[in-house]
Amino acid sequence: MGPFIEVLIAGLMAGVLYSLVALGFVLIFKASGVFNFAQGAMVLFAALSFVRLMEFLQNTFAPILLSLAITIVIMIVLALLVERLVLRPLVNQPPISLFMATLGIAYFLDGLGQSIWGSDIYTLDVGIPKEPLLLFESVFEDGILVSSEDLVAALVAGVLVAGLAVFFQRTRIGRALRAVADDHQAAQSVGIPLNYIWVIVWTVAGLVALVAGIIWGSKLGVQFSLSLIALKALPVLILGGFESVLGAIIGGLIIGAGEKLSETYLGPLIGGGIEYWFAYVLALAFLLFRPQGLFGEVHIDRV
Amino acid sequence: MFYREAGQFKSSYAADQAAFPIAQDRIFIGIWLLIGFVAIPLLSNEYLFRAIFIPFLILALAALGLNLLVGYCGQVSLGTGAFMAVGAYAAYNFWIRIPGLNPLIAFVLAGGVATLVGIVFGIPSLRIKGFYLAVATLAAQFFMDWMFARVGWFTNYTPSGSIAVPPISVFGFEFDSPVRRYMLCLTILVLFAIVAKNIVRGRIGRGWMATRDMDVAAEIIGIRPMYAKLSAFAVSSFFIGVAGALWGFVHLGSWEPLAFDINRSFSILFMVIIGGLGSILGAFLGAAFITVLPLFLNQLPIWLGIEISTAMISHIEFMIFGALIVFFLAVEPLGLARLWQIAKEKLRLWPFPY
Amino acid sequence: MEHSRSLGEPILSMDEISLSFGGVNALSNVSLHVREHEILAIIGPNGAGKSSLLNVINGVYHPSKGTVTFKGATRAQMRPHEAASQGIARTFQNIALFKGMTVLDNIMTGRTLKMRAGFFWQCIYVGKARNEEIEHRHKVEEIIDFLQIQSIRKTPVGRLPYGLQKRVELGRALAAEPDLLLLDEPMAGMNIEEKEDMSRFVLDVNDEFGTTIVLIEHDMGVVMDLSDRVIVLDYGRKIGDGTPDEIRSNQDVIDAYLGVTH
Repeated sequence: MGPFIEVLIAGLMAGVLYSLVALGFVLIFKASGVFNFAQGAMVLFAALSFVRLMEFLQNTFAPILLSLAITIVIMIVLALLVERLVLRPLVNQPPISLFMATLGIAYFLDGLGQSIWGSDIYTLDVGIPKEPLLLFESVFEDGILVSSEDLVAALVAGVLVAGLAVFFQRTRIGRALRAVADDHQAAQSVGIPLNYIWVIVWTVAGLVALVAGIIWGSKLGVQFSLSLIALKALPVLILGGFESVLGAIIGGLIIGAGEKLSETYLGPLIGGGIEYWFAYVLALAFLLFRPQGLFGEVHIDRV
Repeated sequence: MFYREAGQFKSSYAADQAAFPIAQDRIFIGIWLLIGFVAIPLLSNEYLFRAIFIPFLILALAALGLNLLVGYCGQVSLGTGAFMAVGAYAAYNFWIRIPGLNPLIAFVLAGGVATLVGIVFGIPSLRIKGFYLAVATLAAQFFMDWMFARVGWFTNYTPSGSIAVPPISVFGFEFDSPVRRYMLCLTILVLFAIVAKNIVRGRIGRGWMATRDMDVAAEIIGIRPMYAKLSAFAVSSFFIGVAGALWGFVHLGSWEPLAFDINRSFSILFMVIIGGLGSILGAFLGAAFITVLPLFLNQLPIWLGIEISTAMISHIEFMIFGALIVFFLAVEPLGLARLWQIAKEKLRLWPFPY
Repeated sequence: MEHSRSLGEPILSMDEISLSFGGVNALSNVSLHVREHEILAIIGPNGAGKSSLLNVINGVYHPSKGTVTFKGATRAQMRPHEAASQGIARTFQNIALFKGMTVLDNIMTGRTLKMRAGFFWQCIYVGKARNEEIEHRHKVEEIIDFLQIQSIRKTPVGRLPYGLQKRVELGRALAAEPDLLLLDEPMAGMNIEEKEDMSRFVLDVNDEFGTTIVLIEHDMGVVMDLSDRVIVLDYGRKIGDGTPDEIRSNQDVIDAYLGVTH
């Protein structure tokens, strides 16, 4: 039982990170109907900016805080540029065009990030404790080994999600965001500035990307493969539904746990490396039974 | 005035329903066929065949196949690379496991295998739409990537996991020189383009477009969505599967699973979008653009006399590529084919502005 | 506008149909029948379940209770394309044309069920496939003539004004040569002239092809002139069924929908 729970917990912790990336997708999709393929590139770009800035500012009084602040500014500028140069010229285009545009953004960010900041592997240390913790020694025979890094990550993610939930439900901007998500034109007609809302959402998505980038980066080093995390987060979206924040979180946990468990218990039977596609097949099988995802809404076709 | 329809009267529905009812279009196509079959083989050199013309032809075939699915039937697929891989590996296995098999037949059989796989991965389209489907097709991509890398049977247990094939020969005729390979690809592409044109102007094509534009209404006038969607997946996968077999056998000669990874899927989707969704001409224009662009970007610093590291060049190439995509979508979201149509309308009215 | 025809046996009967969406009853225990060659109008306030009724007839919605009998075959459920193959065609309240296709192609889609050429022949577009296309093109051109839309046959429908789109949609339904034609607010949003044209088309279809027509309409003048019989729905229940004259004097209907004329 002990090893199983260990694997499960490791999976859930990895799932938290998928959830974070998926959350970025969901925020943008809800508010603008854009399927933002650049979310992964944003994770990489944010993490690269952060880690390199920390290096440059290491002799200042607070390298972490300073580079965090600068990276946040960078992500805000990025959101402004995306709104001005991509979303505004493409307003009212079919969703597929917008999706392709975000692929363009992804290519651009990958190239830009690496040409400005370099393309090596950078280790990132923001002071997250790394020693594994041994828990529940009294319950299970050998106790359960949990990485304290993962625990911190889960905690941060939890706080972030809670903060976003409050932001969406309680503030005026949050209400405007939900209105825009419901109906662009109707929201515009009651005086909600669409462009401003887009900047906000892309900024928030950028910040979520930054958090995800820092956590993954301190775990695996900041490198190009961070950009590919986005692909890992996509099955989460199918599972949780494109428009559900709660779905992104639960979906991420399910995918993370499923992936690790399958790799450990199923992998050896069919040749290993199955975590590469397992999440997709899991999500796909799920779709056949619930096409709208876990928390998506059923749309009744009106004719 | 150059593109004038006036005076071209059709006296039968057959003439009006011809593939190219307007004379100027027929002349235009004729000129391109002459360029393709006569001028290029006479004038081109080996490098151009290898680096531009052959990849262009094969990728145009794949883009054509994808456009049938995305542009005509409205089902977004991000798994093109996987279906190309299925074509390439299936052709390889037919070819090594059936001694003396004519490679062209192996290609057709490979297309058939891709068709079956395409139908299987098209089944989710009956339940889900839009981006849910797009993500579901990624499942095909990742599953195939893994399968061809990990399951030894598909590569005939070659230790490196990569596959090498000699130049193909049909009835003793060796396709060993670039110009011969070029002619083979061109012939196949022209045949497939004719088939594509025929399908989209008939009942099946109308069924696809109706499903794309409004599936509920399509079903109400008797177009079964299941049949429309799965047939689009099937035909599209056949085209893409054959393109994959050609890519492996005729263009690369030896390849690894990486040759068909997700970047291949994206680049073909780019071709379709930049060329123009729902346009056969668009598939050609898009393929030409995406094939030539990276070569151009690569050469640019040399022409300008700037020295930068190769890593930097590749980063900058990424950036320019991404920026161009956004630029194109913003300027003409309907693609290059639409620009061509606008040009034709202008030519019709020339020299008058209206 | 009197027109005399012999009305035949019921072609469609609905028996005790109920339909609900998540607890809201769209239709409750609605029974009705439509006779052959008849023009039947369904009227009622917004949200009375008129469109839902049409959706049940051609299989978009599956009733939670009750049966539908069409041309002698009784069923509880069927798919829309099955309804189409049995001879039910329709138009929609919010035009449901294929926006990216030309008028000609839109109407040609209506012929889908009558086309037989196999996949292979279509790929090479000779022989059967080609002849079939041309043969059906003749039929479609007849409809285009009938609806007087010759000049726009090669125009993508997305570019057409509303009134013409409605006409094209009627053309697409007619192309299927249906036995039963369902028209969901065919004259909504039209000016007087367009309404007159559309009314003429509806009557001509009924006269010339003998097509049975069920239509939903809010314009009482049009309804009273066109229809042989009127059914009134209110809150998913049938509150009136009779000739236009009977409906005009039905107290329930006046209270619920028509109101008092001053």
